[in-house]
Amino acid sequence: MFTATSLNERNDQVQRRFRLLFLVMTLLLVLPVLIILTLLVVRGAPAISLEFLLAYPKSGMTAGGIFPALLGTIFLVAMALLFSVPLGIAAAIYLSEYAPDNWLTRIINLAIINLAGVPSIVHALFGVGAFVIFFGFGTSILAASLTLAIMTLPVVIVATRESLQAVPQAFREACWALGATKWQTIRRIVLPNSISGILTGVILEVSRTAGETAPIMFTGAAFFLPFLPESVYDQTMALSLHLFVVATQVPDVPDHLPYGVALVLVGIVLIMNATSIGFRTYLRGKKKW
Amino acid sequence: MVASSISVRTQKLNLWYGTFQALFDVDLEIKQGIITSLIGPSGCGKSTLLRCMNRINERLGYVRTEGRVDIDGQNIYAEEIELAQLRKQVGMVFQRPNPLPISIRDNVLFGTRIHTPKADKLSKEQEEEVLEGALREVLLWDNVKDRLDDTATRLSLEEQQKLCIARLLPLKPSVILMDEPCSALDPKATEAVEELIWQMRGTYTIVLVTHNMAQARRASDECVFMLMGKMIEHTETADLFVTPKDSRTADYIEGRYG
Ligand SMILES: Nc1ncnc2c1ncn2[C@@H]1O[C@H](COP(=O)(O)OP(=O)(O)O)[C@@H](O)[C@H]1O
Ligand SMILES: [Mg+2]
Repeated sequence: MFTATSLNERNDQVQRRFRLLFLVMTLLLVLPVLIILTLLVVRGAPAISLEFLLAYPKSGMTAGGIFPALLGTIFLVAMALLFSVPLGIAAAIYLSEYAPDNWLTRIINLAIINLAGVPSIVHALFGVGAFVIFFGFGTSILAASLTLAIMTLPVVIVATRESLQAVPQAFREACWALGATKWQTIRRIVLPNSISGILTGVILEVSRTAGETAPIMFTGAAFFLPFLPESVYDQTMALSLHLFVVATQVPDVPDHLPYGVALVLVGIVLIMNATSIGFRTYLRGKKKW
Repeated sequence: MVASSISVRTQKLNLWYGTFQALFDVDLEIKQGIITSLIGPSGCGKSTLLRCMNRINERLGYVRTEGRVDIDGQNIYAEEIELAQLRKQVGMVFQRPNPLPISIRDNVLFGTRIHTPKADKLSKEQEEEVLEGALREVLLWDNVKDRLDDTATRLSLEEQQKLCIARLLPLKPSVILMDEPCSALDPKATEAVEELIWQMRGTYTIVLVTHNMAQARRASDECVFMLMGKMIEHTETADLFVTPKDSRTADYIEGRYG
């Protein structure tokens, strides 16, 4: 009794083989990430110093620091978030809490999903047409961050909608049955229980914006500026474009410089992601249902 | 028991979910101050009928209702009816206890707070009074008085369901609708909640949906038997179970529909 038959042994063997296959696939997936990070750290670390972060580029961008680009990226991302987060959250609230389930809503949802898949160079062209030319903002921080905002809007909407829909329907019914309006329900129960999820989700999704090059290249990011922008109508340098420039456009750049820029760029994204994931884990521990 | 005035009256009530008709010409009179249970096999329209009485069905865009439902003499499907006022008057308890993910205190005071204009906001003392009154009425006060600021979703299911009843009371409802309020509870909790419902009899008109015939028999004054969206029989509970008039009722209580 209870001893293995040859069939059991065969089954076990097959299952071990599949386990190995899946493990190898997983490792293959992690490997490139590790290699990239290692390469970046090993080759970029020598470039990193406080001076690198806080000084202007020198000698035709072959030496010096990245301060204007670093600041520019932070500006662009922050301003893009300023536009896309309120708008995206409002739209998601409408779509998830108010919109009737009809063909129009379904078309809008479909459009949003598809918009998320539009290549960033297409957004760039849209940004040039709409913000630079039509609205007359010129190539400026304003035009570039609006372009980034349009690009991130669909992910903000999707991330928000997911957080909203994670709030159990039973809570809404309880409120409605007590005579609460939809807004009272959203304001008092749905939002307080999803806002943290919304914000972390949004940061996680949007941190990628920091690395985008195409959408800002034609709308507001400059190759090189010897001074900081003074208003949102000025152009700015940005890390992503700066990396492209020092890596491919400028002769005689020391090897560690582009890697240093890349390391800072990846660092910003990772820090944003880590904060957001940490925040999310912390909040999940406090979850009340 | 002298319960003569009618609290809920439906007339020729028909309801469709899209093209599917779930209620057919339901004419029903529910007397004030007693417990009336709705029984019938699963899918016969008990919940649907109950959900017409506070119009919570309507949030589904594809529901169409015809006929009328009068509560305390007012047609609640009339143009001028304000849903917020209707739902103050007609409370609802759900199948799965659904306390809000806020403190016990905030759960009980939720209704009062959303229905009180900012200018008339209750003072701390008044709120405490309302809170204690409601929790005492559902026999929960002694249990929770030391942890009023705990999250309500941490309570046991029995306590949660009692809390869900308690949070209706500050709004002074006249009718309380209960949709299988004990079906998520174990037998002991069921007994406790049934006992509570029985105690509330007289103060409120209670409409109780149940698929548990023993419960209907124990815990209600009158009984309505439904089948496939139609009301088949409505009599005093004792009569329905002993001398059903309709053969379909007899079949059901003898267990022939499962
Ligand atoms: N939201 C809904 N959409 C479509 N059909 C529904 C919906 N709710 C209930 N129904 C249908 O209406 C009928 C009555 O359902 P319900 O009132 O929930 O029955 P009961 O509570 O007696 O089990 C069932 O056939 C059910 O499938
Ligand atoms: Mg039901």
